[in-house]
Order: sequence, then structure tokens, then C-alpha cells
Amino acid sequence: MASQTGGAPERGAGDVWVVVEQHDGVAAEVSLELLGRARELAGTLGVSVGAVLAGAGAPVRALAPALVARGADTVYLADHEALTHYLALPYTAVVSHLVREHRPQIVLYGATTTGRDLAPRVASTLRTGLTADCTDLRIGDFTAKGQEYADLLYQIRPAFGGNIIATIVSPEHKPQMATVREGVMVMPEADESRTGTVVDVPVQRSSAAVADAGRIVLTDADFVVTLVRRVQKEKKVDLKGARVVVSGGVGVGSREGFALVEELARTLGGVVGASRAAVDAGWVSHEHQVGQTGTTVRPKLYIACGISGSVQHRAGMEQSARILAINNDPLAPIFAVAHYGIAGDLHKVIPLLIKAYRTKA
Amino acid sequence: MPQLRIVVLVKQVPDTANVTGEAMKEDGTVNRAALPTVFNPEDLNALEEAIKLRERHGARVTVITMGPPAAAQVLRESLYRGADEVVLLTDKAFAGADTLATSYALALAVRKLGGADLVLCGRQAIDGDTAQVGPQTAEKLGYPQITCVSRIDALAPGGEAGPGDARARGSVTATRSIEGGFETLTSTLPCLLTVTGEANDPRPPSVKLVMTYKDIAAEAMPQYDDTYLDPESDAAEVCMIGRDGKPVCRARIVQWDHEALAADRESLGLRGSPTRVKEIESVVLAQSEARMVEPDEDGVNTLVHELIEEHILG
Repeated sequence: MASQTGGAPERGAGDVWVVVEQHDGVAAEVSLELLGRARELAGTLGVSVGAVLAGAGAPVRALAPALVARGADTVYLADHEALTHYLALPYTAVVSHLVREHRPQIVLYGATTTGRDLAPRVASTLRTGLTADCTDLRIGDFTAKGQEYADLLYQIRPAFGGNIIATIVSPEHKPQMATVREGVMVMPEADESRTGTVVDVPVQRSSAAVADAGRIVLTDADFVVTLVRRVQKEKKVDLKGARVVVSGGVGVGSREGFALVEELARTLGGVVGASRAAVDAGWVSHEHQVGQTGTTVRPKLYIACGISGSVQHRAGMEQSARILAINNDPLAPIFAVAHYGIAGDLHKVIPLLIKAYRTKA
Repeated sequence: MPQLRIVVLVKQVPDTANVTGEAMKEDGTVNRAALPTVFNPEDLNALEEAIKLRERHGARVTVITMGPPAAAQVLRESLYRGADEVVLLTDKAFAGADTLATSYALALAVRKLGGADLVLCGRQAIDGDTAQVGPQTAEKLGYPQITCVSRIDALAPGGEAGPGDARARGSVTATRSIEGGFETLTSTLPCLLTVTGEANDPRPPSVKLVMTYKDIAAEAMPQYDDTYLDPESDAAEVCMIGRDGKPVCRARIVQWDHEALAADRESLGLRGSPTRVKEIESVVLAQSEARMVEPDEDGVNTLVHELIEEHILG
């Protein structure tokens, strides 16, 4: 299935892999998003997409077709009771073994607490490069000291507190590995007509090391850490962790108007914020309030809709990397802290923003 | 019972929370010299956990940092906060290290100390935000890891029982933050934990220790800075000249280079780093007046396109 593009050098060989994160048979969204991007990268390179899926029993097994539908050509399924819950050591053993056996050129992980626990351990085991928390991935060439490298993975990420964007490459080491931030890659549509292969990976649990190249042997040393308990809470409003916050103020005018703010937030993958005036008006609950008496936020992008920009509100948002203010009044104080301003009717401007994003993204 | 040994890995970092326009060079790279340096915040949380564990269980707390000679400052601050022993890994051979090469040097240093029961470090440093050095150091030491720890629930130091007995190895139980929740894990010792800012509020430097070092900090430090790094010695004393002109020696900054670590040079620094920076782009905006965008389709489209291009919008 893996085909080389004409005359491609040997170093270009190897598939593009995604290490899929799953909990109780539910795949992390970022893993599915990554399959979409892996598909594109593999298309550019003329290779196939592999997915590594580890876990235990029927729920995990049932995930394999969904991974094929999202873009995997081969699913490497490591199904063993000992892999029921994610643990760094046995999962590192599984992924490292598979990489050594199949030699993918690229391995991608979600930049979740799980992915960022696992990927560095695997990179260290394999003595290869890893770039954390990427926001973009591309294929391109690289030249260093007169040496040219074709078709490397550009691992693009913010660094230095978001003040720079760095493009990282790993020219001499394979696989090239990256963890990728959730929500930045477009979720591929599930295509149920896609076909792929599910490869059952033999896993054996043993008290001590057994020499057996054909299977993954997990020893007692891989289980010195045990899971005591895992608690997932109901998802609450996470203003602090949001990359994009879309806030509405008194200028929104009504509860119905506020739905427009919510729609923009949803479209951009952001969280809804509000000024105190909007909260006091009862259009939105207090947990959304940004400002001195609410939450202090510092997202990548803060969009203030119909917010005049009181000192109290500004104290809670002026650290945002970028601020876009939309206000009818071109003299509103909010424009003094904004990077971009749109002096206009938010009821007209917000639909334009939604439309522009949907068509561009 | 043998004394518990805790090693804390710390980093001196540019204060990325206060990056100004001047911190960026015209070519878009970071002018590190224009940035003040700080003790990486989550490493302070790790040190605080170590001191708390020492108060409860008794322990020897050793702090290691890797960096240029000036990074000794975070070691002094560690002494003010109660570290028993500090080690500076400094050598041109370490320069340009990515996380793989950094973890190699750190793991060798922990080994040279005779290993540890617990290795603690911050989850991530604010300059790179990679969160990779902790797990990669653990892997090289052959220690298990618990990352993103918001609370150390319990520590059972190793007992006197015979080898092979699980109780003899001791254990640590810690809670880590995960998306929308948490999980609690128990590990045998030795173990490496990466600690988040949620774990504690680091206490300020001890008044007593600051008093001990007062003269040093006030007067003799610059002079000391120039001379303490004696290339012939791997154990320079934090020995400063007091106001009365007499030396005040309180603690030592142990200094190790690649030879002291018996390191493979091919695994160190830039040479030992698989990753290369291909390109750096500045995204610092001079805070000025808002750029006004026309409230029409063209204006909004251009703006959205620009925000996507600059990775502000995903």
C-alpha cells in the first residue's frame, strides 16, 4: 500500500502514524482530528496512515472501524487487560515496540495530559526528536550546513510565552514526533466506505523479561505505577484555559442578542465571556463574567462585543494576546486596549465574522 | 532507615510573561539579554514540595540546574529557600541542548549523586512550555513518572525490610490533573514527579537564610560571580566576602562539566539534539492604537484570514 513518489530517497519511507488516545472506548477528539491531518501529510508523502490503538476488550476493539473511517489505513490494535487504563510505562513499551517494528517516519500524539506524558517517554526510549504542543504541521525541505533534507515534517508551535512562532524540524532522526494541540486541526468527516486493515498486536504479560521479538512483553517493571482512581468532572465553564473568549456587554441589547455572541464563540471553538453589565442584566450566568469581580483571562484572542471597556472589565482581559473590539461607539474606551477595532453594529458584524471563519477554516 | 534523598531539577528562564518589544530583535529572534531572568515558576512549586516532604519525613534535598554560569542565581535562591546542596551543570558542551540532550545530562547528574528516592521538577518551563524534560529524565534513569502533579497525597519512605520486599522500596501517591478531572496514582520509589502551580504556594525565602547570606547578596555577589567558577575545581564554595572583609562560607555550589559527568559528547548539547529550529517568527505586537477594520464583508474577511495565518485562530 505504501508507495514511493518517483525517485524519493530512502529516508522518505515510512508511514504517518497517530497514537490514538482513548478512555473507556471513547477516542479523544484530538486523535480523530490528527487522523485528518495525518491523511493530508501521508498524501503529500505518498505513504499510508497508521493508528496505534491500545486498550482492553470490546469497547476498544469497536473503535478500530471509526479510526479507519476518519483516515487510518492500518490500525495496530494492542488489546490486553493490562492496558485497560493509560499508564506511562506499559503504553511506552507498546508504542516503542511498534515503532521499532514498522518504522513510521512521523508519529503524532494529542497534546493532552496523556499525550504529553507518553510522547516524551517514547521519544527518550527511541532517542528521537519531539516537538510539544504544535499548532500546525506541514511537509517541507530543510537545508543545514550544505546538506539538503527533502520532505521533513515542519513542526510549528508557539514558544516563549506565545511571543514567537517556531518551526522545528528533526532532520536526522526518525520517527519525527510531535504532540499537537486540541482543536487546531479540522475534524475529518467520517467516511464509512473507507477500508483499512486491523492488525492485532500480540501482547503478553509476564513477571520477568522474555526474549520474544514477535510480541510485546509487559513485565512487572512496567507496572510499578498503579491507578488508584480517576475522576472526570462535569465540564464547567473554562474561561481561564480558553484560547478564544468571545464576550458580550450591555451593547448586545438583549438575551436574544446574546445568542449571537454564543454562536460566534461556538464557531471559533471559544468560550463565552461577559461584562458585569450583561451578567447583571441576566443574559448570562456569573461564571462567564470577565473582569475584576469575575475571571481574569489571557486567551490568544479576546473578542469584546458591545463592551464599552470599563477599568474593571479591562483588568480582566487586557493581558490577552490579541483583542478585537466591536462597538457602535468609535470613541468607546475598549478601543484603547484593542489591537483591532470594528466600529459598527455587532448584530451585523458578528454574522460576518461567523461566515468569514466558516469559509476560511 | 537511610535518609530520604530528594533531587529537584530547576531552570533559570527568561521572564516570558513580561516580554516587551525590545526583547525581540529585528530579525524576529528573541534577544535573551534584554529579558530579566526568573526561577521557573513551577520549579519553585517542586522545590516547595521537596521542603515540605523533608519537614515531614526528613530528607536531603539537592537542587540541580543546567545552564550558563549566571544560572547559579537560581541555586542561590534554592539555598535561601532551604536546599541542602546545589549542583550547577555548566559547560559549553551543554549549549544548544533540546529536551533529549538536556535530560541526558540531568539524568547523568542524578546518577552521579547516587540516584534519588524522589526526583521533582516543574511540569514545564515558561520559555519552551514543552513539559518534556521531566519524563525524558525519568526514562533515562529508568524511573517511573507521574506528571502534572497537583498534590502529593502520601509518601512512604523505604523501610528496613529485605531486598525484593515492596515495602522496602517505599512508595509515593500523587494526584495529577487531567482534562476535566484528576487521577491518583501510586508508584514505588524511586519515582520522578513533575509538579504544577496548583500544588502549593511556595513560601518566600527563609528570613534566617537570607540573613545568613545577607552580606553576600548585598555586596560581594558580583565579585564572587566572577571568580567562583574555577575550571580546576568541581566544588566551588559559595564563599563571599562579608562587610568586614572576611569570607563567609555557608554552602557550596558544586559545579560539574561534561567530564565530571563522564558524558558522551555526541549526546550533549546541540550535537545530541535531534531537533533543529528552522525558523522563528515574532508575533509581538507593539501595543498602540487599535487597527480599525471596516464593518463590511471585505474588512472582516481580511481580518479573519490574518488571524488564521498568524495562528491566533485555529
